Amino acid sequence: MKVNVYVTLKPGVLDPQGKAIHHALEGLGFGGVSDVRAGRFIELDVADGTSDADLDAMCAKLLANTVIENYRIERA
Amino acid sequence: MKTAVIVFPGSNCDRDMAVALEQVTGKAPAMVWHRETALPDGIDFIALPGGFSYGDYLRSGAMAARSPILRAVSDAAGRGVPLLGVCNGFQVLTEAQLLPGALMRNAGLNFVCRTVPLTVENSQSLFTACYQAGEEIDIPVAHHDGNYFADAATLDRIEGEGRVAFRYAADVNGSARNIAGVLNDAGNVLGMMPHPERAIDPAHGGTDGLRLFEAALGVLA
Repeated sequence: MKVNVYVTLKPGVLDPQGKAIHHALEGLGFGGVSDVRAGRFIELDVADGTSDADLDAMCAKLLANTVIENYRIERA
Repeated sequence: MKTAVIVFPGSNCDRDMAVALEQVTGKAPAMVWHRETALPDGIDFIALPGGFSYGDYLRSGAMAARSPILRAVSDAAGRGVPLLGVCNGFQVLTEAQLLPGALMRNAGLNFVCRTVPLTVENSQSLFTACYQAGEEIDIPVAHHDGNYFADAATLDRIEGEGRVAFRYAADVNGSARNIAGVLNDAGNVLGMMPHPERAIDPAHGGTDGLRLFEAALGVLA
């Protein structure tokens, strides 16, 4: 079973990489972009029946650093 | 005085750290590989060196913080053994939740590699007792992910408890409140981005890092 994990910076945490991407987009002539936040996408292939609690623990213990990041789990 | 340097795949300041520890103690440290599950007996001081452990995969320090040896390191720190994390070692300590906060990409996005002035904020800790409070010292930095972040409540708490050991005298990487080094609540764990082991010999261009090791290793005590 495929599980998608989206790791994003918490609101309010400064994202220098997002800012650099934003500047680059503007440099390419793409106006009208008001903000860019960069995150991480992780695709897991797990055994069918893996519990929500186990997936949540994987995110909290390793995939995200909850000091600065939020995560969202999506069963594909 | 028995010391240990933990070595991860991708560590690159482990030998610099070993030279510093040997210079101050007169005895070469044990070099302990990340796959080990126990430290040698009777270790009095542990160092997590700089570098790019596990290629900085996932996040700087994230994989090293979950490596087998870290459990033994964490247990030793819990017993009060002094533990110093420099640069990548600081990142490992925050990822292992032995220190609060996180180290993010430098605000200016550039790798910063130069000697910077630091202010000694706390001269009472076991690592900083050979410095004067408020003293300015010059220590090299070399990092891409040194931008210290913690929420405002955490920053207020660690500042109130005197756990900010060092501050950048001027902005280097965007760190919250210019924090360069943080102590744990018991005071036996210090994480810092600047490299004191690269400032222990006049040939390095400065020796301001030497007193950190002399204090922590009890040489002048």
